[in-house]
Amino acid sequence: MTNLNLKILFVALLSGIALVLGGCQSLNNKTDDSLYQQLGEREGIANVVEDLLYLIVDDDRINQQFKGMDVAQFHHNLTDQLCELSGGPCTYTGREMRELHSDMAITNTQFNALAENLILAMEQNDIPTGAQNRLIKQLLPLYPDIRNL
Amino acid sequence: MTIRRLVTLTMALLVAPAGMADIGSRIWATGGVTTIEGSAGGGLVPWALLGSYASDEEWGGTVALSRAEVDDYSLSVTGAGLNWNNRLEITVARQTLDLDSLVFTLKDGFGLEQDELNQDIFGAKIRLAGDVLYSPWGQWSAGVQYKRQRDFTVPSAIGARDDSGTDVYVSGSKLFFAAVMERNLLVNLTARATRANQGGLLGFGGDRNNSHELMMEGSVGLFLNRQWLVGAEYRQKPDNLGFATEDDWWDLFLAWVPDRRLAVTGALVNLGDVATLEDQQGLYLSLQGSF
Repeated sequence: MTNLNLKILFVALLSGIALVLGGCQSLNNKTDDSLYQQLGEREGIANVVEDLLYLIVDDDRINQQFKGMDVAQFHHNLTDQLCELSGGPCTYTGREMRELHSDMAITNTQFNALAENLILAMEQNDIPTGAQNRLIKQLLPLYPDIRNL
Repeated sequence: MTIRRLVTLTMALLVAPAGMADIGSRIWATGGVTTIEGSAGGGLVPWALLGSYASDEEWGGTVALSRAEVDDYSLSVTGAGLNWNNRLEITVARQTLDLDSLVFTLKDGFGLEQDELNQDIFGAKIRLAGDVLYSPWGQWSAGVQYKRQRDFTVPSAIGARDDSGTDVYVSGSKLFFAAVMERNLLVNLTARATRANQGGLLGFGGDRNNSHELMMEGSVGLFLNRQWLVGAEYRQKPDNLGFATEDDWWDLFLAWVPDRRLAVTGALVNLGDVATLEDQQGLYLSLQGSF
């Protein structure tokens, strides 16, 4: 094989790689809303949050922390937040998480109680296990803000 | 007898009044189960998790009955543990190894008439840092297991140096959410300094080696959902006795945690060669109650 042929082959290979990479890039750029879909879009998420609120009210480990809050506002904000985190077309407009929880001195016991109630609320709404796990994974970065660590 | 105790314990746990539901706040299955040495972990390997469901403002406890039946031996374990604030775990365990076939070796070779070996294990584990679910770097714990033979005749005859010993270990555990097929993956790694022969049942130290050596132990488990965990464990072992070679242990396990009160673990275990008897494989069953 001549040098020229090698060059052409090399260029062709590079172009091929570039095309493949470019294709992947554009695929990645498209927003992945599969989790949002699995959660039943905004309506499904709103139902989970509603059931979560009922569970919180009944839970003596944490209901004191929610005393005096605006329930409708909380429902709206948390629904927006979960919608946004799951790749849905919403924007969380509530206060910044660390600032919001800074005076609450939330313990690990209370954080676990809330996590448990969220899982139970998702189960009540027949959210598949995989979607539950993916949503919790999205929520993990909020842990240090909520615990004020 | 053991079977009857297992059944009784299961029934008692299942019919326990709902008032006992106030059982600790950590998420289901994050207390692990009770190992054969009493510490929280899998079956053979201690994990960085602390037993029971006590979170940072709570007390919790566990009781467990376990039995392993391999080709030429059977091991029964009774264990109990307390957990304070998910910070400190204190455990006790009593192991009874029925020698079955080895009885004849001991009688013909050493003139010993003994059909079982007994050992008590007192354990403490402290959570140093992190949370298995929420911390990006996982949860890290350190522990000790003080082990004491109840009758040293047989281990002494086959060359063990001491009838008691202390294992020291450091352990890290981390749950990766939605890691495999959107399922949660639990990974544990433990480094243990030990001079125990077959976990201590054959005494401590020996003619080949008499000092602490560092052994690596690990396990992985996949949560199919929040009630079912399937996985595998591997435990490296020292080889201190000239009397017989000692192999590493491994197992494949399936654990069922229907709620916080009860955990049932079944496993296929491979203990390798144990005291001249080759390739010891069999079944492991463990029941744990939490309160």
